[in-house]
Amino acid sequence: MNETVLRVENLGISYRMRNRWLPAVRDFQVRVRRGQIHGIVGESGSGKSTVVQGIIRYLAENGRTDPGSVIEFLGRDLANASRQELQKLWGAQVSIVPQHPMSALNPSIRVGEQVAEIVRLHAGLGRAAAREAVIRAFQRVNLADPETLLERYPHELSGGMQQRIVIAMALITSPQLLILDEPTTNLDVTTEAVILDLVRKLIREEQAAAIYVTHNLGVIAQLCDRVTVMYAGEIMEEGTVNDLFARPLHPYTFGLLNSIPRPGQTKRDRALITIPGRPPSLTELPQGCVYAPRCPLAIEICRQPPPLELPAERHLIRCHRWQEILRGEVSISAEAQAGVDDIAIADLQREHLLTVSGLTKHFPVRRSLFDLLRGTSPLPIRAVDNVNLSVQKGRTLGLVGESGSGKTTLSRMIIGLTERTGGEITFMGLDIRNHVRERSKDVLARLQMIFQNPQNSLNPYLTVGQSIRRPLMKLLGMSRQDADREVSRLLRAVNLQPDYAVRYPDELSGGEKQRVAIARAFASDPALIICDEPVSSLDVSVQAAVLNLLARLQEEQDTAYLFISHDLSVVSYLADYVAVMYLGEIFEVGYGRDLFEPPMHPYTEALVSALPVPDPRRRTRPIPLSDDIPSPRNLPTGCRFHTRCPHKIGRICEDEVPPWRDEGNGHFIRCHIPLDELQAKQQAYAQPAAETAWGLMGKEQG
Amino acid sequence: MGRFLLRRLAFFVFTLIFTSLLVFVLTRVLPGDVARIILGREAGEDQVAALRVELGLDQPLVIQYLDWVGDFARGDWGKTFVSPRQDIREIVLQRAEKSGWLALVTLVMAVPISITLGVIAGLREGKFLDSLISLLSLSVVSLPEFVTGLFLINIVARNSDFFPASSSGIGPGTTFMEALPKLWLPAITATLVLIAYIARLTRAGVIEELKRDYVRTAVLKGLPYRVVVIKHVLRNALIPTITVIANSTGWLISGLVVIEFVYGYRGLGSLLIAAIENRNLPQIQAIVMVTVSVILVANFLADMLYSILNPRITLS
Repeated sequence: MNETVLRVENLGISYRMRNRWLPAVRDFQVRVRRGQIHGIVGESGSGKSTVVQGIIRYLAENGRTDPGSVIEFLGRDLANASRQELQKLWGAQVSIVPQHPMSALNPSIRVGEQVAEIVRLHAGLGRAAAREAVIRAFQRVNLADPETLLERYPHELSGGMQQRIVIAMALITSPQLLILDEPTTNLDVTTEAVILDLVRKLIREEQAAAIYVTHNLGVIAQLCDRVTVMYAGEIMEEGTVNDLFARPLHPYTFGLLNSIPRPGQTKRDRALITIPGRPPSLTELPQGCVYAPRCPLAIEICRQPPPLELPAERHLIRCHRWQEILRGEVSISAEAQAGVDDIAIADLQREHLLTVSGLTKHFPVRRSLFDLLRGTSPLPIRAVDNVNLSVQKGRTLGLVGESGSGKTTLSRMIIGLTERTGGEITFMGLDIRNHVRERSKDVLARLQMIFQNPQNSLNPYLTVGQSIRRPLMKLLGMSRQDADREVSRLLRAVNLQPDYAVRYPDELSGGEKQRVAIARAFASDPALIICDEPVSSLDVSVQAAVLNLLARLQEEQDTAYLFISHDLSVVSYLADYVAVMYLGEIFEVGYGRDLFEPPMHPYTEALVSALPVPDPRRRTRPIPLSDDIPSPRNLPTGCRFHTRCPHKIGRICEDEVPPWRDEGNGHFIRCHIPLDELQAKQQAYAQPAAETAWGLMGKEQG
Repeated sequence: MGRFLLRRLAFFVFTLIFTSLLVFVLTRVLPGDVARIILGREAGEDQVAALRVELGLDQPLVIQYLDWVGDFARGDWGKTFVSPRQDIREIVLQRAEKSGWLALVTLVMAVPISITLGVIAGLREGKFLDSLISLLSLSVVSLPEFVTGLFLINIVARNSDFFPASSSGIGPGTTFMEALPKLWLPAITATLVLIAYIARLTRAGVIEELKRDYVRTAVLKGLPYRVVVIKHVLRNALIPTITVIANSTGWLISGLVVIEFVYGYRGLGSLLIAAIENRNLPQIQAIVMVTVSVILVANFLADMLYSILNPRITLS
């Protein structure tokens, strides 16, 4: 039962670059037992994916496991295994569930065949027997109608279904070791929750050993038994999830845990803890502790490399000061700043800056030749339907919803990149034009946008200074000298050195690029900034800094935000008021914390319940949503959520559009169920709103 | 599927009509009076005018076009302008058949060889074999066809009875099997031109696909590398290759002028050049229409192949 399946000691992985071996992973160790899920968590560049690739000996051509590395799988030496031996293990006893199932599946081969070829190869099954095995595997991962599914191609399936197929693929040979490499990244939370549940159940049944690689601490807390925290290719800390989340001993672990907003935590509670700087590149690793340059507790001794120590049984730490941290003699909490100091959330007197009424976007579907001959036209895609909302001056309206909810289309209509089919947009009392090209300079200056991916939204051929100068000169008509002075001020405002003005985007890290994008958006003194997933492409430590920055700038400049995200915790942290969108309609609006407390709309409830809470002591019980999100070409009648609603009360949900129900305190829910009934249904298993303090060191801040 | 065929047919007809219009206009704006060119400088004005009437050149352009298209569609492709006035359809189709043979033999040689070379180069990217294949295929493509043609005639044909140096003697009554020995050398010459294009595109496709995540999935299933390449990679990597092969059919049918000249092969390319020299307008038009039809059919076949290899390219 407790047999060790995988034992890794002293693992080093290097890549050959310009005739030098660069050590990407150093001194890694792990031991995984049967039935155990071991998490490896880290930010991009931490080496977490490299580690698992090294363990299964699948490295790029210029990579190697260093001499002296020990990889023992069920008593077999993997570190020196030949390609032939590995081929017999791969897919049979060692399987991998990859990230991005869409690209991990061959687009041109039916999914049934892609799974069947594994059992034909390793179990020597004939075609018919392999087919049966695949059908059973599909049933195990709860795929409906497996027979028809066999004949489908990957692009015909939803993301959640593709992920299940990849899991079925990995499990069909009952492997002893399962590697899961960010398998739920890019999936919606509701889908993620179902997949995680499935993974947990299957690994328990199979009694396989599993390694789960992710950047998401919530997933680790909910799924894993033990966790390794990695940074710059080294283990920072390892232990049981309970120990690590309750008493982090390493400053980096502490930083990671406190950089993410807890569900229900808001900017008024406290600022997020940020980790300054950025991870080192492989070519310029610090001499001593790799984390020292970013560590708030670094002292003289940290210039020496710290050893990997065992503070307790089955706990590992690489920090010179862990004993002081354990005894509470030093603390990072002093660094934590207070939250935004503005008590009046619900100030109905505030001026309404942006009012959107009846906003609608139907994307026409091209008529086919047959439609032409028959004289019919296909139904349009109803991306946004009759949406009303307003944003107050200096306040944040959060917009949350899964992919396909229409939130991006909505934002693009407001900014003028997508032409609306109907409805009105009033901005600062003016009825603004449909398309951004028709709008006056004044409107352009006062209404700005920050995009999801700064990599794509910054012109790579312009320096940072040129990018920020453009709105200053074009929209505000500043002279070159004034604009340059203003560029320096803006860069300082987003915590960048003014000399960044001469750099090109390629020389900046992801977080720095997003700050430049923020500086550019603020350049023309906007009244409203539309932020479309501004932090979702960033690592959590950087995300915290950007969220803090947005909160601070809002306080200073009284700028309003329309903040769009799929991450409920992030939205409710930053937003004063939150709207929940589903299939082009808004179903609930309320103040940040309302969304985490009953009564909630059943859809919000499902979203909240699916959030992987970064607390191993509090296991979430996701409310499973049936099926996938319906196609916006073929919307459900009545309440659009009725096809998936766990609280559906009957025909009325299918036939009638639900009414808005008002709790009387600015909290609105659109549902056929009266609010008190909803509350009663949800109270039974609702989660309390999260406490804001976190972990031992977090509590000290008081 | 039926829907797809219907759409393709409509596209086919539309393209043909558009091409006919284009080629008609282009042949009419060629400089010089056609009747004058045919009769020569000494002919009198009356004779020229009479010939113009006879050829229908005095009619308005629209009438000329409609007459031609109508006759063409009914199978009457007209007679050549120069005497002896022969039936164009007979000549063009007979030459097209001969060009088709040459194209067929060329493709049968060029496609397997160049795809194999391209795949090997792609799998060995940056290695010796890749450099060698790239070097050879590039140096071959940079040689003009008449150089390779003359080289083959002088070296290969001189020293072997199997490859005749000249393709002359292939007449209307010759069968494919009889002509086959005389097709080898011109086909090899055309193949040498095509190999570099097809191989380099295949190489690029293979390199591109090898980077994809699904290759990693396939390798980590424990599949032998051979299976990974043949079953998983090639069907995705060969899509651009098929396009280039389909597009090269037009060149193979009516563009092998130099090769036809070097070997004395009587194909469509030399007929087209002769027709242009003689201002033989209906013959130019007929050749272009035949060529366009071949290209369209080749592209149709390529589309069918795409959808078999890659189901994301749907037939609707």
